[in-house]
Amino acid sequence: MYDPQKIGLIAEYKEEWNNKFKNNVKQWSERKAEDDFITISDRKIKRLYTPEDINDLDYLRDIGFPGEYPFTRGVYPTMYRGRLWTMRQFSGFGTPEDTNRRYHYLIEHGQTGLSVAFHMPTLYGYDSDSPRAYGEVGKCGVAVDSLLDMEIIFDGIPLDKISTSMTINAPSIILLAMYIAVAEKQGVPQHKLSGTNQTDILKEYIAQKSWIYPPEPSMRIITDMFEYCSKFLPRWNPVSISGYHIREAGATAVQELAFTLADGLAYIDAGLEAGLNIDDFAPRLSFFFDSQIDFFEEIAKFRAARRIWAREMKKRGAKNPRSLLMRFHTQTAGVSLTYQQPLNNIIRTAFEALAAVLGGTQSLHTNSFDEAWALPSEEAVLVALRTQQIIAEETGVANTIDPLAGSYFVEALTNQMEKECYEYFEKIEALGGVIPAIKKNFFQREIAEAAYKHQRDIESGRKIIVGVNKYKIEEDELPAELLEVDEIAQNHQITRTKRLRKERDNKAVKKALDEIRRAAAGSDNIMYPILDAVRVYATLGEIIDAMKDVFGEYKEQPLF
Amino acid sequence: MELVKRLLSGDMRAAARLITHIENELPDAREAIRLIYPHTGKAHVIGVTGSPGSGKSTLVDSMITEFRKKDKTVGVICVDPSSPFTGGAILGDRIRMGNHFTDKDVFIRSLATRGALGGLSKATKDAIRILDALGKDVIIVETVGTGQDEVDIVKAAHTVLVLSVPGFGDEIQIMKAGILEIADILVVNKADRDGADKLALELTLMVDLGHEEKADQKWKPLVLKTVATKNIGTPELIETIERHLQYLKSSNLLEINHKKNIEREIIELVNEHLINHLLGIMKEGDFEKLIEKIVEREIDPYSATDEILKKLYSN
Amino acid sequence: MSYERKIRILVAKPGLDGHDRGALVLCHAFRDAGMEVIYTGILQTPEQIVETALQEDVDVVALSLLNGAHMTLFPRVRQLLIERNAEDTIVCGGGIIPEHHKPELIRQGITGLYGPGTLLDVIINHVVERVKKERWKIA
Repeated sequence: MYDPQKIGLIAEYKEEWNNKFKNNVKQWSERKAEDDFITISDRKIKRLYTPEDINDLDYLRDIGFPGEYPFTRGVYPTMYRGRLWTMRQFSGFGTPEDTNRRYHYLIEHGQTGLSVAFHMPTLYGYDSDSPRAYGEVGKCGVAVDSLLDMEIIFDGIPLDKISTSMTINAPSIILLAMYIAVAEKQGVPQHKLSGTNQTDILKEYIAQKSWIYPPEPSMRIITDMFEYCSKFLPRWNPVSISGYHIREAGATAVQELAFTLADGLAYIDAGLEAGLNIDDFAPRLSFFFDSQIDFFEEIAKFRAARRIWAREMKKRGAKNPRSLLMRFHTQTAGVSLTYQQPLNNIIRTAFEALAAVLGGTQSLHTNSFDEAWALPSEEAVLVALRTQQIIAEETGVANTIDPLAGSYFVEALTNQMEKECYEYFEKIEALGGVIPAIKKNFFQREIAEAAYKHQRDIESGRKIIVGVNKYKIEEDELPAELLEVDEIAQNHQITRTKRLRKERDNKAVKKALDEIRRAAAGSDNIMYPILDAVRVYATLGEIIDAMKDVFGEYKEQPLF
Repeated sequence: MELVKRLLSGDMRAAARLITHIENELPDAREAIRLIYPHTGKAHVIGVTGSPGSGKSTLVDSMITEFRKKDKTVGVICVDPSSPFTGGAILGDRIRMGNHFTDKDVFIRSLATRGALGGLSKATKDAIRILDALGKDVIIVETVGTGQDEVDIVKAAHTVLVLSVPGFGDEIQIMKAGILEIADILVVNKADRDGADKLALELTLMVDLGHEEKADQKWKPLVLKTVATKNIGTPELIETIERHLQYLKSSNLLEINHKKNIEREIIELVNEHLINHLLGIMKEGDFEKLIEKIVEREIDPYSATDEILKKLYSN
Repeated sequence: MSYERKIRILVAKPGLDGHDRGALVLCHAFRDAGMEVIYTGILQTPEQIVETALQEDVDVVALSLLNGAHMTLFPRVRQLLIERNAEDTIVCGGGIIPEHHKPELIRQGITGLYGPGTLLDVIINHVVERVKKERWKIA
């Protein structure tokens, strides 16, 4: 990017400058050892970055312009000058009625997209009245057993006006079918629906571990969803390829980047193998990243991610410019929240949110400061939303696009992350690809090792967390009113599902479930019989079990 | 002794507690073994060994399933290495046997080596006796699986399985290193992988070669293929294991081997006891002083030994 | 290095919760603190956990749960241990546990209850203290 002669001069002077310090070691000594100036991911950071660090960077080739290849600076030509990012707070708890009330509250306060958190039994494919759901109904999200529950959740919310994101993976196809069925009842045609289903099963095997079926049938379900969405739901993202959970499980920034992109490419390859045209489904793939506290490393990660994706998609023959775009949602880091001095979490979240915005995110969830204690309270949720609004409306960072481009440090970091990402790609390739690497516990082991190392660095004081291993105070006060899900609500949910099983047309349900088994055993798109089944109020657990009959269940290889 | 009484009436928790006592060398442990010893000798003890990643625990899991189909009660002892630095251990074999956690006729116990070499822990032999007295029909012992000299298992088990998997490249090398000699049955696990047939053939050839040299033995180690994750080959494996037991019985080897093992165990015990006794009667620091003298060439090792033994006779 | 009396600890993840980062880190930390660690893996029922604890004769069952079901699943494990005459097995817990839930859990003998951000040493010390006092009867 620079005249080689000038680079030479800079390098020369840099050495001179360095030598000046050596003569004054005491006066200019640094406050810690050179190896201890590290990012949260253990990346060593130099005292100073100069043009020398990015001398092989080619502006047009590697950075370019917003909305143009390779999209390092952003996926749209106007970015936040055109439209701000979507402020999308993930929420959902207790009964469908509770969640519906919370959604109306959030929409009133200016939230522009909904994001549904389901309770654990739904994520694992159990109905609320299953013995495996004991004690867990509505605890970590909203309970959805059947279409009945989805109808309540979205009661009074026009599905053609709002975009909805659903955090659901193994049973994703069923929840999408239910959403379509709710829209039908509202009189909204499915092509008008917009939103995202997470659906990213690969990261479940890798990190979050809410799987049901083995990887191969899981991938088949996903390609069936791709096909259906590309035909009928042009504004729906059938999968949100997620690094968030990988990072939260303990991965470093580069691991998050590399494993997530490797997963993304695995979905692309699966779609191609299923005979789909890359430009028919690639434009609808979206991503979901974590934004951790290490400010510049995160921004570099986002920028590198866009560039790598664009390059890889081009390699795979994508012609539609939209196929090259990596659009992503970001959530601030749950694991960075501390139990100690919880108000500090507001500050952490603000910095993380700022990194996401400077990294060019399309939508953002900011965590509530009390989440290390319990489910977020209404007050805490509001502060979290206000954090985003302050960044958008007051700080001025949204006035220009990618303001950190050209920073020697940020560009060098972006390059470094790209390089290390490709090193991981090679390792994964050598193991036979993503699914074989999962079965060999490659990702799981890398993540567990990074997590343990990080924790030891905190214990030793090499990494500082304010209020945890430095600046501690005695405290035990509850920060604010905490939210709890009561037993009555749980029983209410269980009763509703039990009653449904008696009152619906059980003959129709049985027939629909048989159709699902038939499709699962063959090669017909399984979305159609699932849609029929949810319409006659087959429960989530029943549909999951019907597919289990054919697909079997996944068994994890233990790490130790 | 209350615990022994409970053990003999089939109380799993008494067995669990007694194994802890043995491991920690609590004062009542020896007395417990004395009391239960007459009640042992009924179980078929099966050893499972092989290099890391050969799928030992998964095979054991699959074997338990098959034995349970035949209504046999099963005890399992899994040995994992202790860290030489901290003495801690992660005992991770059991997690692969999750299908049997709540079957009351299956008892699984994990042991750490606690410094023992040879693939088993010091408490393993007595743990086997305890599960035997508990009334388990079959006791499966899974060794550490470091791929090194894990030959202690022959002293503890009637039937020894040695596992290998295709695709490791050096599997035959490991076999040659001596572990082959201890195998009654050679299992090629993960046999759905490429190279399984080739590995099985190579092993068969090696067995044939070895067997010619030992023509007096009637049992020729068999090579079997399994896919433990899918229970493929396990029924045949169990049949072969049972056939091996029949062979041991009919050829009187059960008794002969048993005697040999007892002999070895007694010698080991006397050895250990004598050394502890000797170190005990020596004055604090005397032993170290003696060692120092040998190092300084003031005295030779044989004379030093005589000096120590003198204390034994004079006591 | 010492192969004297070892603390045996079961790290268990009850319920429908795949968040095993903390549990895996703890397994390593307990091992490095010289304990013998048995890990159950995820998605275990209280019955499976208790059966494992009894067969392995562990001193401590350490439960990790981040999905909010601790008020039912933790006491269930403790209850089953008592039913099997194993009330001397120490039960500790951790995860996302609101402050006002703690008194009830502690009343039932489930202690620790550490949240995110707790230093490993704090957790290890808690376990060692309880084992020494309750299992080994040394002050």
